[in-house]
Amino acid sequence: MTIRKLLTAGLIALGMALPTLAVADDGLDNPSRNPFYDGLKGKRVVFIPLAMGFDLTEGWAAIMRKQAEDLGYTLEIRDPNWSTDAGTRALTALIADKPDLIIAHNPDVQSYARLLKRAMDAGIKVIQLNLESVVPTDAYVGADWARVGYIQADVLTKQCGTGSGKSGKIAIVRGQPTAASDLYELYAYKQTFAKDPAIQIVSEQAAQYDPAKARAIMETVLQQHPDLCGVVGNWDNQDIGAGAAIQAAGKADDIYLVTSGGGNQIGCDNIEKGLLDMIISYDVPLQGNAINQQIAQTLLSPAAAGETQTAYYTPLTPLTKDNIGPRTCWNLDQLK
Amino acid sequence: MSKMRLSQEGVVFALALSLFVVFSLTLNNFLTGGNLIALVRSVAILGVLGLGMGLVVIGRGIDLAMVATMVVSLSWVLSMAQGGTPLGTALLLGLLLALSIGLVSGILIAYADIPAIFTTLAMGLVAYGAGRAFLFQIDVQNTPSGVPWFSFLGTGTVLGIPMPIVAFGVVAAVLALLLRRTRFGRFVYAAGDNAVAARITGIPLRPLIVAQYIVTSLIAFVAGVVMAAAVSSMSTRVYNSTLIYDVLLVVVLGGISLSGGRGGVRNVLVGTLLVGVLLNGMTILDITYTTQNLIKSLILLLAITVDSFINPRDEQTSQQSQGDI
Repeated sequence: MTIRKLLTAGLIALGMALPTLAVADDGLDNPSRNPFYDGLKGKRVVFIPLAMGFDLTEGWAAIMRKQAEDLGYTLEIRDPNWSTDAGTRALTALIADKPDLIIAHNPDVQSYARLLKRAMDAGIKVIQLNLESVVPTDAYVGADWARVGYIQADVLTKQCGTGSGKSGKIAIVRGQPTAASDLYELYAYKQTFAKDPAIQIVSEQAAQYDPAKARAIMETVLQQHPDLCGVVGNWDNQDIGAGAAIQAAGKADDIYLVTSGGGNQIGCDNIEKGLLDMIISYDVPLQGNAINQQIAQTLLSPAAAGETQTAYYTPLTPLTKDNIGPRTCWNLDQLK
Repeated sequence: MSKMRLSQEGVVFALALSLFVVFSLTLNNFLTGGNLIALVRSVAILGVLGLGMGLVVIGRGIDLAMVATMVVSLSWVLSMAQGGTPLGTALLLGLLLALSIGLVSGILIAYADIPAIFTTLAMGLVAYGAGRAFLFQIDVQNTPSGVPWFSFLGTGTVLGIPMPIVAFGVVAAVLALLLRRTRFGRFVYAAGDNAVAARITGIPLRPLIVAQYIVTSLIAFVAGVVMAAAVSSMSTRVYNSTLIYDVLLVVVLGGISLSGGRGGVRNVLVGTLLVGVLLNGMTILDITYTTQNLIKSLILLLAITVDSFINPRDEQTSQQSQGDI
């Protein structure tokens, strides 16, 4: 009896105490939270891509837009549509306009270099995205093109070099011969191929990101060197042209084509179709997250524009027929 | 007059021939069937576009919107096809789009009397801009897989000859027939040579001009179909390339005078041949990109210089209302 009474009293006491307890536990106001949001709110970020409308820039922009909306800063895009001239004009106008941060996607290593320096002198912070210029800025986020080149060249050396029993003949399909990706990759190719005496570079032509041009070049090269062993290219969207020429010549099994790209679904499809053998993917969704992180950090950093320089080289994944699945590659709708 | 025309075309032909002989003697595997096919194939689409441009230039016009017409109509076709529209329907709609771009250019030039060079320059921008804004989002459109008849148009062969060359041949033959054997063709020459005189003799000048731009747009569409099928995609970046100038280069190099009324299909073939031999030889020689551009422009300069010695500018040329460009 008494035990029962005691229990009841205890339960009632507990029942009365619980709400008061809950009310008392208000949690903790995170003191470092506010400076983060306040520091970003209302800031103005401008992105100058090579052009909108292709997988890489659309992918990055989709991810950057999401964070901008989320954190309350604005993201503007000035689309020069593949015109270096228009890009230079946009940049010049921005220096007078003074946004808080410029994100530059350089068409080549020189064109924007001086302007980016001037922007930083004017107090605008600058991040370079995936294609850098010769001037280091507050940050670079993107692929390490030399490393992409070394990985590609190593793959081909293994496929075609000493001990492979193949001809060792390799064709290089360059992109835009003045772009960072092209110059740094080329250096890596030359370094690596020079180490193996069996490797012979039989062609080194620029397709300027145009698959039709890549196809025409590859057709001519195949006529000259029917025993070609490998092709190394600058960009998957361009090199499908080279792949098409190889497939049309019926040599898809004999010639190994390695290229690089953003890991878009179209790239994966082209591996499935046998147009490309390997894509060194610099993974646009991952790059998007990295650039977002860098945007926040750079905007919040008390350092003046150009005072510190950092770089983050985003991870690289080799994609081949053996490791791609239905969810390996991305498409734009997922990112939006 | 006919002697002059022959010499201009002849110079370029001689240039192409001498390059051909030099390459044949000095380069291994240049003079093989496979390489020659690759050579023509690589410039076949340029040649098809050159044929279309040749037609309007003969009629003393110019169509700078050709590349835009090709890019926009085909990108739209492929974008619709990816969205589930049957490829046949998509192609038909794309064709209608291409034809209407030509129709609008033609009407503006013929009835509003706006110079062709400005009309088509603006039309190209309008078509490209509208396309990018409303018709497709991504700048490279891939062809839908599993449509063998479409890929045949670009990658198939007829009697061992690749389809792009076949298309080039067919368009050239049809255009030659059109120019040489039909009333339309004779009218185009007459209007190109002297538009006012042609009008006085009763040629329906304005509808004729509209028809020219429609035919040229049709040819641009055909070039686009072959191009898309050949590389299994259509890249809108082609619009930003120097392709339209290369097309003009082929036409002018071949000896079709920009002041109209002169030249024919043969000139385009000769011009295309020269560019083809040059590109192929330079690729085999593995000449660097910058040097290739330099050589290309030097050859163009040489051809123009030789041309101006053979066909000096005269009173008549400078007095023509639109002049030569």
